[in-house]
Amino acid sequence: MALLEISGIHAGYGGANILNGVSIAIEAEEIGVIVGPNGAGKSTTLKALFGLLSISKGNVTFEGRDVTNTPPESLVKQGLSFVPQEYNVFPTMSVHENLEMGAYVRRDDFRHLVDQVYGFFPPLKDKRRQPAGELSGGQRQMVAIGRALMTEPRLLLLDEPTAGLSPLFTGEIFERIVAINAAGTGILMVEQNARQALAIAHKGFVLAGGQNRFTGTGQELLDDPEVAKSFLGGEDQP
Amino acid sequence: MTEVDLLTALPVREFVFFINKGIIAGLIIGSIYALGAVGVTLVFGILRFAHLAHGDMMTTGAFIALVLTALLPGAGALVGLPTAFVLMPIAMALTALLAIVLDRWFYRPLRQANVRPVTIVMASVGVMLMMQGLIRLVFGTGTRPLYVGAKDIYRLPVGDGFIVVTEPQVLLFVFTALCIVALHFFLTRARLGKAMRAVSDNADLARVSGIPTEHVVRATWIIGGALAAAGGTLLALDVTLKPDLSFNILLPIFAAAIVGGIGQPYGAVAGGLVVGFTETLAVFNWAILLRPLKPFLPDWVELPTQLALVPTEYKIVIPFFILVAVLIWRPTGIFRGSVIK
Repeated sequence: MALLEISGIHAGYGGANILNGVSIAIEAEEIGVIVGPNGAGKSTTLKALFGLLSISKGNVTFEGRDVTNTPPESLVKQGLSFVPQEYNVFPTMSVHENLEMGAYVRRDDFRHLVDQVYGFFPPLKDKRRQPAGELSGGQRQMVAIGRALMTEPRLLLLDEPTAGLSPLFTGEIFERIVAINAAGTGILMVEQNARQALAIAHKGFVLAGGQNRFTGTGQELLDDPEVAKSFLGGEDQP
Repeated sequence: MTEVDLLTALPVREFVFFINKGIIAGLIIGSIYALGAVGVTLVFGILRFAHLAHGDMMTTGAFIALVLTALLPGAGALVGLPTAFVLMPIAMALTALLAIVLDRWFYRPLRQANVRPVTIVMASVGVMLMMQGLIRLVFGTGTRPLYVGAKDIYRLPVGDGFIVVTEPQVLLFVFTALCIVALHFFLTRARLGKAMRAVSDNADLARVSGIPTEHVVRATWIIGGALAAAGGTLLALDVTLKPDLSFNILLPIFAAAIVGGIGQPYGAVAGGLVVGFTETLAVFNWAILLRPLKPFLPDWVELPTQLALVPTEYKIVIPFFILVAVLIWRPTGIFRGSVIK
């Protein structure tokens, strides 16, 4: 049984559809990466599956349950977590409070999870009393991912986690994503740094015009000359 | 000059006058503004609209206290405090309930229809007019005392003068201070309090984190409504109760919230005190403080008998002026809140 299965969803803002039948499937503990040109519907796919946009056709199942058009607060309780691309921290609250807010839905003792987050992102430990808004972009991104990990999600959705970060931080964030995945969390992320992201992906999905264009393992997509020519360009060659 | 002469020459009487008419008066009105402004700023922080019916929520709270006082006149004597103050927690609870009901009937449907904030502000004008009408319909337009009997007055002798405070004023200071401390602990320690700050910081992210926004909205109305009722009741205990009791101080309350940085509860407290003190010191008759200088001045210098920056009748221009000044020079307020658009 797939961890997440999106079958032919259609969704959009107002009347105009952005997604015209997108399908994505990933297994438990896998990393899935969605790439594609601007306006392909990558972020829209994440938002639609997380209940932030209504899906007009098609369906989403998570661990076998139908979760099409389920509101985010209920998805959080079912084991999904979402890190938006921008405005993804509570800026006036301390790093520690940001993590506490991530754990809002749980009533048990979550101190070990706070420690786990500091384990993934050691720089945050020293800054735990500092307001998240005062941190650097890379550290803010760590807080954002840390916040989403506090529910111990089985699937973590990341919307362009490296957007606006320097190459140094980008590499660091990718490293941590691999570590988080290795600890047992499935990941579905949208990335602009397509080559780097596909290199760590178990599954890759190339979207264009709100539809699937290519699907395969990360390596298959990297090796496919057509994908490389049309979608990977040469912009982020190592 | 000997030491004793020097001491008698010190303007103790004038100093005491300044304490009474400047400091204490400023603290009283500042505390009232603070209690109102905290509610206004919380509602803005969470619900993103300027709640113009807040003043009338304060008045309603005071009238609820009046009704309770009439129903249970003996309650105060049991503990030796004014009846209205003893029954104030009930008035606070009922006003909090009223705030939730008003939200459910008028503001929530608009929120769910995703209207622009200014539409909800206009709805709050409607609620304001409605509450004003209902209060006048039930209680008439007259003025009535909320404090039954003669007020206890405390006099602290200083030199040959007295620092004077009345019982309701002491209750007001103590209660406001306790409220602020309690609010601080709620916002920084309690799970729900932190969730309120989270929604105020970033409502979308709060939703994505699974924080139930409607619980937070309800908590906001409970705190705002309860503090409004307390502010109205304590103000009415200090002066008298009338239907336009708090509508008249709506402007200074908004000035206080904006001066403090909208959305910032501690800012609202600071803003309340800033506006309260500025207002009091602007109408303060400074001529009295010049009087002790009289013996040292040549005879041809005539000391004015009235020397206030603004005549008392024009007191209301002070918060206006502060508001304009803050909006021009520091629109985010002292505590860097949001900017009302």
